[in-house]
Amino acid sequence: MTATVTKTLDERLELFRQMLLIRRFEEKASRLRAKGLIPGFLHPYIGQEAVAVGICDQLRDGDALTSTHRGHGHMIARGADPKRMYAELYARETGYNRGKGGSLHMMDADRGFLGANGIVGGGIPLATGAALQMLRGRTGGVAVSFFGDGATNEGTFHESLNIASLWKLPILYVCENNLYGEFTRQDKHQSIKDVADRAAAYAMKGVIVDGNDVEAVIAVAAEATARARAGEGPTLIEAKTYRHRGHFEGDMARYRPQEEVDFWMKRDPLDLYEARLTGEFGADADAIQAIRDAVEQQLDAAAEWAGEQPHPDPSESTEDVYVDSYEGAALR
Amino acid sequence: MTTFTYADAIRQAISEEMDANSDVFMIGEDIGESGGVFGVSKTLWEKHGHHQMWDTPISETAVVGLAVGAAMMGARPVAEIMFSDFSMLAMDQIVNQAAKLHYMTGGQLSVPLVIRMVTGTGGSTAAQHSQSLEGMFTGVPGLKVLAPSTPEDAKGLLRAAIQDPDPVIFFEHKLLYGGRGGPAGDVVPVDPIRFGVGRIHREGTDVTIVSYLRTLHHALAAAEELAEEGISAEVWDPRTLVPFDRAGLAASIKKTGRLVIAHEAPVRGGFGAEIAAWAASECFGDLTAPVLRIGAQNAPIPYAPILENTVLPTQASIANDVRAFMKRAR
Repeated sequence: MTATVTKTLDERLELFRQMLLIRRFEEKASRLRAKGLIPGFLHPYIGQEAVAVGICDQLRDGDALTSTHRGHGHMIARGADPKRMYAELYARETGYNRGKGGSLHMMDADRGFLGANGIVGGGIPLATGAALQMLRGRTGGVAVSFFGDGATNEGTFHESLNIASLWKLPILYVCENNLYGEFTRQDKHQSIKDVADRAAAYAMKGVIVDGNDVEAVIAVAAEATARARAGEGPTLIEAKTYRHRGHFEGDMARYRPQEEVDFWMKRDPLDLYEARLTGEFGADADAIQAIRDAVEQQLDAAAEWAGEQPHPDPSESTEDVYVDSYEGAALR
Repeated sequence: MTTFTYADAIRQAISEEMDANSDVFMIGEDIGESGGVFGVSKTLWEKHGHHQMWDTPISETAVVGLAVGAAMMGARPVAEIMFSDFSMLAMDQIVNQAAKLHYMTGGQLSVPLVIRMVTGTGGSTAAQHSQSLEGMFTGVPGLKVLAPSTPEDAKGLLRAAIQDPDPVIFFEHKLLYGGRGGPAGDVVPVDPIRFGVGRIHREGTDVTIVSYLRTLHHALAAAEELAEEGISAEVWDPRTLVPFDRAGLAASIKKTGRLVIAHEAPVRGGFGAEIAAWAASECFGDLTAPVLRIGAQNAPIPYAPILENTVLPTQASIANDVRAFMKRAR
């Protein structure tokens, strides 16, 4: 059974806006990095926007999620402020992490966004622990752990799913299968085609969804969150999708066959949804254009604001190593 | 005579903190109804129930990782690593996640977490169940590292660790547990002990011996031997390695002029290296002799008792080493 989720046209336009915001945020970040304005790694989320937006559509205040090295999309879908995200990428004092984390560690704890993560699979036990605390506190909350196909070969994945199933933790394990673990195609890194098959090993419900169809993602997220909130335990959701670019900015991704790239580019989640909006759902072209203009404007202003922000003071290098440093003794 | 053992102390500290705060819970392998391999958590399951006692599969990464994730949501977990050797399976969650989250997120949240690790030899427990790995953790900014040597310190420091807002690695030496672990002995009240305050176990004037965990007791016995030969050794216990009581040790060195460090970890790269380097740099004017480090030979811990006794420092080896050191130093 699949839960049915009915959206108004305005809600659908909002889903499109969020996906576009992620897409344009990443494209702009890529240009800013090429100009030398962003010092560290970038792993663009371009192509996978429907997964983050679809899953986060079903989350509430008090829910929590962990992300990956490819984390900007999840953070934006959770409602984070692009201004402070750019400020963090620029390594400025007013960035989300006060310039101490960058892309790989960006966090917005107020929104339950428990961080991007520089370690593949590193966030999976963290989300599982968050779910444990929700269960202990009977908060009705759910945790979500996003990860890629590559992470499903890590021990953290197996240890966490085993325990979550055993204890019926309120959690969604969302595997964004973009066909590549870093530079290695899925058929070279695991002998299964569907990551969802691994759910069976933990007596867990596993579902496959078209990760480029935002409303399909919403439907599986609705069912999985409802089950989790009702105490029926975790779900492993495999969203089939594709990374439009290389593993990180600078990776030309020449290891991918052109036919495969062409196939997936024709299945761009934004193009697919725009076509449905203007066709099936009757949105007019002006409304779409207004969203495009607003997103451009918002991101231009965000990047400009970020560029004007102060750098951290060098004296902050040893701030926040500990909450309580015993008059600095713990630092020495 | 009290029956208050080191194991009782740890059990009581956890139980009292669980009573005081429902956000305190234990997570680890075989800690539930079976009471733990060393009996430390015996009676906790009956007393505090499933809600505060999460008995896990054999999954060290998940034990620590779930504790970190729960701590990020406001819990105060006490994770147990049955043998500190097994912490190697959980290093990502300890070193890359727990230790760094407060810092790398610009102080957005804290990780109030205790990871208890059973350390040191148990007697022929051999290479994978006997190591003293504290030096791996003292080198990671963001972690606090505790090494109590007595039941009173174990209880007071563990209570403070559970109340502390940062991730704390808490080493417990398996040969200090004392007895078979339960049923619980007398309940002895101990207040939380402030980190970074060392303790003089034995006053002396000729040489300062810094030691902790089980080796401290070897050092104390060696000091008694040496006293009969006219060598007056002060035995000083840092109790917490990070933060470290530098002022306390400096005062002792000022008094004795000589420094020996003894621990069960191998000499090379052991925490003694840090103490020695600091003292050589900051107490140089008070030192009248080079610093001596005593520790395990740079070898894995062997099974045969005769080999284990050769690799690890003992009362006799510490007494011999200090005796020779004092001869050279005079």
